[in-house]
Amino acid sequence: MADEKKYTTVSIPKPLYEKIKARIEGTGFTSVSDYVTYVLREVLASLEEEEKEEIFSKEEEEKVKERLRALGYLD
Amino acid sequence: MVSKPHGGRIVKRVASGKTRERILSEQHEYPRICIEHGEAIDVENIAHGVYSPLTGFLTQDDYISVLDHMRLSDDTPWTIPVVLDVNGKDFGEGDAVLLYHNNHVVARMHIEEIYTFDKKEFAEKVFRTGDTNHPGVSRVYGMEKYLAGGEIVLLNELENPFEKYTLRPIETRVLFRERGWKTIVAFQTRNVPHLGHEYVQKAALTFVDGLFINPVIGKKKGGDFRDEVIIKAYESLFRHYYPKDAAVLATVRYEMRYAGPREAIHHAIMRKNFGATHFIVGRDHAGVGNYYGSYEAWEIFNEFPDLGIVPMFIREAFYCRKCGGMVNAKVCSHEERFRERISGTKLRSMILKGEAPPEHMMRREVFEAISSFEEPFVE
Repeated sequence: MADEKKYTTVSIPKPLYEKIKARIEGTGFTSVSDYVTYVLREVLASLEEEEKEEIFSKEEEEKVKERLRALGYLD
Repeated sequence: MVSKPHGGRIVKRVASGKTRERILSEQHEYPRICIEHGEAIDVENIAHGVYSPLTGFLTQDDYISVLDHMRLSDDTPWTIPVVLDVNGKDFGEGDAVLLYHNNHVVARMHIEEIYTFDKKEFAEKVFRTGDTNHPGVSRVYGMEKYLAGGEIVLLNELENPFEKYTLRPIETRVLFRERGWKTIVAFQTRNVPHLGHEYVQKAALTFVDGLFINPVIGKKKGGDFRDEVIIKAYESLFRHYYPKDAAVLATVRYEMRYAGPREAIHHAIMRKNFGATHFIVGRDHAGVGNYYGSYEAWEIFNEFPDLGIVPMFIREAFYCRKCGGMVNAKVCSHEERFRERISGTKLRSMILKGEAPPEHMMRREVFEAISSFEEPFVE
């Protein structure tokens, strides 16, 4: 699949674009798009971290605990 | 709270009860694909959620995305192509097939896609070299012409001599929670522990609730320590030197790719699925020969702000005669002449001769555990 199909355009205010452009000079980021992608991934990941932990069914959890006890991992 | 599973949920693709019985009773009706031991291990790791969010072997879209962007096509970080190579005969897209290893049925797979791939591109993007002396590259060049992508469901586990130490992600997650650990650092190893390892592990443990030692069990090179030796050496270390309520030892079956930086990310993802919140990344982690720079495996983590597990970069430890203990270059101000570095080659040679390494290199109890084996090394 061609790479161009994997990207889309998002608009941001021009002054913000200029600020970012100045900020990334001399860093490892080669474009404003790279920087914005990095920041958005970071933000989304931290939001997802705050979501609730995966819950197992009671039955499933008891089965797991049984094995852990049998193997000596739990008392 | 332990790490959230990679991609949001722990995958479980294990057939049980009547479904399993039905598939097995009809096994002669399915086309058959024979798979290597490493692929069978991949199947198990997919089925038990070690490779979450993968539910099968990569389809072409994901394969290309992993090669080009180190991400699945939905943008989830993923650096190693988990693929099944096939010769493209006897079955087609849309078929359900059975995967066999050594004449034993392992899993059922739904063939969603069969596609061609460029071996040179695979090697150069994943291993950063086309040199066939690299074990990963050589493996790629030995693959069949096509890749088959699609979901799997596990029917039979492979024989496992280390069942007692084999925990699945769902089990470690319950275990960590039962112990009240909110932060867990994972350590991957293919070696017996020496003082340098102990220093790194305990330095990391200082900052978190629990330490998860996760030796990799599987195919090894000649001269490596045998799996049972590694386990026994760690059992001894745990018994004598590790706090029982702050450390867990459990193995994972996995076949190394030796893809250096890319594989370091993959190892971190696997441990995230086990519930670890932190991962110790070694110097030249998952490297082989001189293909990767010493700290490339550290630098690559900068490219993944959304990995969901914190890498811990702890410098290589050595014994400093002036400091009088194990230290690293960041905390020791003394000259090289005071430093005694732990050399794996030197340790091996001493063990082969039956000589106990000095106490600042290896614990006496660990050496005794290793020495209890007539042949501790893989031939």
